[in-house]
Amino acid sequence: MQRPNRPGQILALPALVWTLACFVLPLCVMLAVSLWTRTPQGIEHTWTMANYAAFFAKAAYFQGLTNSLEITAIVTVLSVVLAYPFAWILAFQVPERWQRAALLAAILPFWTSYVVRSYSWLLVLSKNGVLNRTLALVDAGPLDIAASRTATVTGFVHFFVMLLTLTIYANLKQLPPNYARAAADLGASRFQTFRHIILPLTLPGIMVGGFLTFVLTLGDYITPQILGGNNELVLPQIIMLQISRRADFPVASALSLILMVVITLAYLAVARWLKSDRV
Amino acid sequence: MKPLGLLYAALMYLFILLPVAVLVLFSFQSGRLPVPPFNGPSLKWYAAVFADRKLMAALGNSAVIALISSALAVAMGFLAAYGLARYNLPAKGVQRALITAPLTVSTLIIGLGLLMLFNALGLPRSLFTVGIGHVVINLPLCFAILYSAMGDHQINIERAARDLGASEIRVLTLVTVPMLAPALLAAFFLSVTFSWDEFIITFLLARFEVTLPVEIWSMLRTGLNPKTNAVGALVFLVSAASVIALELTVLRKWGRK
Repeated sequence: MQRPNRPGQILALPALVWTLACFVLPLCVMLAVSLWTRTPQGIEHTWTMANYAAFFAKAAYFQGLTNSLEITAIVTVLSVVLAYPFAWILAFQVPERWQRAALLAAILPFWTSYVVRSYSWLLVLSKNGVLNRTLALVDAGPLDIAASRTATVTGFVHFFVMLLTLTIYANLKQLPPNYARAAADLGASRFQTFRHIILPLTLPGIMVGGFLTFVLTLGDYITPQILGGNNELVLPQIIMLQISRRADFPVASALSLILMVVITLAYLAVARWLKSDRV
Repeated sequence: MKPLGLLYAALMYLFILLPVAVLVLFSFQSGRLPVPPFNGPSLKWYAAVFADRKLMAALGNSAVIALISSALAVAMGFLAAYGLARYNLPAKGVQRALITAPLTVSTLIIGLGLLMLFNALGLPRSLFTVGIGHVVINLPLCFAILYSAMGDHQINIERAARDLGASEIRVLTLVTVPMLAPALLAAFFLSVTFSWDEFIITFLLARFEVTLPVEIWSMLRTGLNPKTNAVGALVFLVSAASVIALELTVLRKWGRK
C-alpha cells in the first residue's frame, strides 16, 4: 500500500490509548501493590515478596487454587462429555427443518442473567426445593446439595453445556458428509468412523470450547459464591474476601496475578496444541 | 429419531430448562417461599418488583451504562479495526494483540486493577467508573468482531470512492460504515448483552448507584424469595423475547443468504 500510514495510526489511537490506560496501567498498579504489605496503619510501601510466599505457605490460599483447579477440571470434562452426544443428536437426528428451533431451545437459558441462573439452581437444589420434594414422592432423599461443591459444579455444567453444545453443533454441521461415507465404504464400523474420522476433525472445536469453559470457570466468583456457600472456597472467593473483609489489597493483588498466570499457562498450552496437532 | 437419542435429548432439555421453568413458575407463587407446593397463581410479587424504587433505579442505570459503554466501545473498536485493516501500520500484530488482550484476562482481575488505579488517583467509585470498566471489557470484543468483518471485497469499493475524489472521512462515513452496518449492529447488540449481564466489575466499581445484576445480588442475601423469582423471570422473558425476535427477523435472513 502506498498511502501514508498516519491517518490509520490516528484512527487506531483511541483504542490503543484506552487499552493502555485502563487495562495495562491497572495491571501495573496491581503488580506494584502485590509487592507491598498491609499493616494496621495502612499500606506500607516497601518491596517484598511476602505475599507470594504467603500463597505457598498458607494452606487456605493454596487450597483455594487446588479447589479452583479441581472444580474447573470436573466442570470442563463433564460439560464436554454431556454436550457432545447432545450436539450430535441435534445435528444428525433432528429433522433439518426443526434444527434451528431445537438448538434455540437448547440454549435459551443462556440468555438469562448469570446471577439469576445460579439463583434458579438454588431453587431446585435447596432443602425444600423441587428436587427434594420430588424425591420425597418416591420416599427417597432428602439430599443436602445446596451450599456444596456438587451445587457449584451443577450450576457451572448447566451454563457450559449450552455453550459447548452450540460450538460442537456448529463443528459437526461443517463436516462434509462424504468423509463418513468414504470410511463406511472402506469397511470401517460406525465406532471406527467416529474414533478415527469425526472425533479428530471436531477436536479443535472441542479444545476451543473446553478452553473457554476452563478459563471462565477458573475466574468466576458468582456461581461458587451463590451455590457453593462458604465451603471449599475457590481462589476468586478468597480474593474477594481479602478485599471485603480485610481491605488487604496487596494479598488480593498477589493472588489475582497468580490466577492470571495459571490462566495464561493454560492458554499457551492450548494455543501450542492447536498449532502443532492441526493438520 | 432413535429411541435412545430421543431419551438423551429429553433428559438434556430437562436439565437445561428445569431451573428456568422453576424460576418462572414460582414467580407466580402466592405464598412467601418459592418452593413446592405451588399455590397461586398470583401477580403480587410482580407488583412488588415494579413498586421497588431501588430495583427500578438499577434497571435504568443498567440501560444507560449498557447503551453508552457499548456505543463508545463500538466507536473506538470500529476506528481501530479500520485503521489496522486498511493501513500497513508498524507492529500491526502487537497493536492487535494489545487491543484484544483484555479478553484473555478474568473480569475479576480487570475490575480489581481498575479499583486500585482509581483509589490511587483518588477517583471515587460511581456509575462513571463502572462505565469505564464496561468499556474495557466490551472494546476488545467489538474490535475483534469488526476487524474480522473488514473483508477484502470492501477495499475495492472504498478505493473506487477515493478515486472519485472522496476524502478519507467521507469514505469512512458514506462507504465503510453503511457496508459494515450488520457487523456494527451485531457488535453493539453483543456488547449491550454483555454489559447488561456484567456483575463483578460493577460490584467492585459501583458505590451507591448500582446496576440490575448487583441489585439482584443484594436481594439474594434475604435467601429464597418469590420477588427475586419475579425479577429474574422478567429479565429472562425480556432477553428470550429479544433473542427470538432477532432469530425470526435478522438471523433468519442471514441464514438464508
